Amino acid sequence: MSLARIPFLKQLISSFFDLAPILAVVTIFQLLVIRQPIPDLTSLLFGTLLVVVGLTFFVQGLEQGLFPIGESMAYSFAKKGSLMWLLIFAFSLGFATTVAEPALIAVGDEAAKVAAQGGMIENNDQSMKSYALGLRLTVAFSVGLAILIGVLRIIRGWPLPYLIIPGYIGIMIMTIFAPAEIVGIAYDSGGVTTSTITVPLVTALGVGLASSIKGRNPMVDGFGLIAFASLTPMIFVMAYGMIL
Amino acid sequence: MIDALINLWVQFSHAMMATARDILPIAATIIGFQLLVIRKPLKNPKKIAIGFFYVMIGIALFLEGLELALFPLGKLMATQLTDPEFINAGDVLNWKDYFWVYLFAFCIGFSTTLAEPSLLAVAIKAQEISGGAIKSWPLRLAVSFGVAFGIALGAYRIVIGADLYLFIITGYIIVVFQTIFSPKMIIGLAYDSGGVTTSTVTVPLVTALGLGLSSTVPGRNPLLDGFGLIAFASLFPIIAVLAYAWFAEHRIKRKTS
Repeated sequence: MSLARIPFLKQLISSFFDLAPILAVVTIFQLLVIRQPIPDLTSLLFGTLLVVVGLTFFVQGLEQGLFPIGESMAYSFAKKGSLMWLLIFAFSLGFATTVAEPALIAVGDEAAKVAAQGGMIENNDQSMKSYALGLRLTVAFSVGLAILIGVLRIIRGWPLPYLIIPGYIGIMIMTIFAPAEIVGIAYDSGGVTTSTITVPLVTALGVGLASSIKGRNPMVDGFGLIAFASLTPMIFVMAYGMIL
Repeated sequence: MIDALINLWVQFSHAMMATARDILPIAATIIGFQLLVIRKPLKNPKKIAIGFFYVMIGIALFLEGLELALFPLGKLMATQLTDPEFINAGDVLNWKDYFWVYLFAFCIGFSTTLAEPSLLAVAIKAQEISGGAIKSWPLRLAVSFGVAFGIALGAYRIVIGADLYLFIITGYIIVVFQTIFSPKMIIGLAYDSGGVTTSTVTVPLVTALGLGLSSTVPGRNPLLDGFGLIAFASLFPIIAVLAYAWFAEHRIKRKTS
C-alpha cells in the first residue's frame, strides 16, 4: 500500500501540470487584456485543487476499473464466440451511455427551440418536448448502431477509412438537402455524444477485441469506435430534421 | 465559513448524484451482460468496483472544481471579450477587430483540451498498446493544437458569417487526402481523437464563447450561428494528428536513409 502512494503523488503532480495552462490563460487574459482583477481568488485556487484531485482519482479509477472491465468483457465475448451477443452488447452499451448524457439533453432542448423558431414544429411546450425526446432517442440509437458497426469492423478486419470516408460523403450529400436550421446542431451532436466514462470503456473494448482476435492488430484495428460514435449522430440528426 | 463549507458539500453531493446517474445505465448494461450472457465471475470484482468508485469521485470533484473556479470566470471572459464596448470598433465592424477573441479562442481551446480526461484516457491507452511508439504527451499536444486552431477558425466564421458547411466539408476533403498518405497505424487513433476532445471541460466554455459571439456580432442569430464550434473542435484534431504522424514518419525516414 505504501508503494501505491508514490504513483498517486506523481499523478497528482502531473494532473496539476495538465491544468496549469488553463489557469495561465485565464489569469493572463483577465489581468492583461481585460484588465480586471480576478473576482474571487480563493474559489479559483480551491476549485483548481478540486480539479487536480479529481483528475488524479479519475486516472486511478481508469486503470483499475474502466480499462480492465472493458478488456475483460472483450476477451470473454471473443472466447464465447457468439457474434450475436457481442453485437447486442455493443448496441446496448452505445445506446445506454448516450441516452442519459447531460450534454445531449442540453443540445436536444436547444434544437427544439431552433425548430420551434424556424417554424418546423409548433411553438409550444408539448411539441418542443416531444421533439427534444425524439432527437435524443435518435442520437442514442445512432450511437448504439455506431458501436455495433465498429465492433463488426474489428471482427471482420475491414479497413476503417472504407467505412468512415463514405460516412463523410453521406454527411456532405445530406447537408445539401437537410433544413439549414438543423445542420449546425447535427454537426455539433457528433461531438457531444462521447462522455468521459464512455470513451475509456469503449476504447478498452475495441482494443481488447482486436488483441484477442487472431490476425488483428490492436493499434490498426482497435481504435475507431469513437470515430463511428461521432459520425453516425450527424447523419441521423440530419435525417431526423428532414423527416420531421 | 461554515455556511460556505455546507454549501460546498451540498453542491458536491449534487455532482456525485449526477455522476452516479451517468454511470448507472453503463453499470447496469455491464452487470446485466456479465451475469446473464457471459456467466463467468470477474477476476477482481472488488478492485474493479473500487475503480468505478474512484472514477465517480474523480469526475464529481473535477466538475465541482470547474464549476467553482474556471467556468464562471471563463464564461465571464467570453462575454467580456465579445462585448461591443470592449471591441471598440468604428461604425463598420471589421473582422480584424476581434483579434483578442480569436487569440482567446485559440488559447482556451488549447488549454482545455490538454486537461480533457477522455483525451488523457485514449492517450494512455495508445501509449500502452503501441509499446511507447506513440507517446501520450506529443499526441495530446497535437490534438490540443487541432482544437485550438479549430475553435479560432470557428470564431472567425461566426464573425464573418460564412456558412458552416463550407468549412466542415473542406475539412473532410483534407482528412480524406491525409488518410491516403498516412501510416495505417495512426488512422484509427486520429479519427478517434476527433470525438474525445469535446467533453467535460471544453464544451461549456466553447459554447459560452459561441453564444457570446453570435449574440453580439451584428446580424448573427445565436440560435443559428451559435452552433458549430464543437464541430470545428472535433474535425481539426483529426487533421492535426494525421499531420503530426506524417511529419514524424518522414523525419524517421530521413534519418535512416
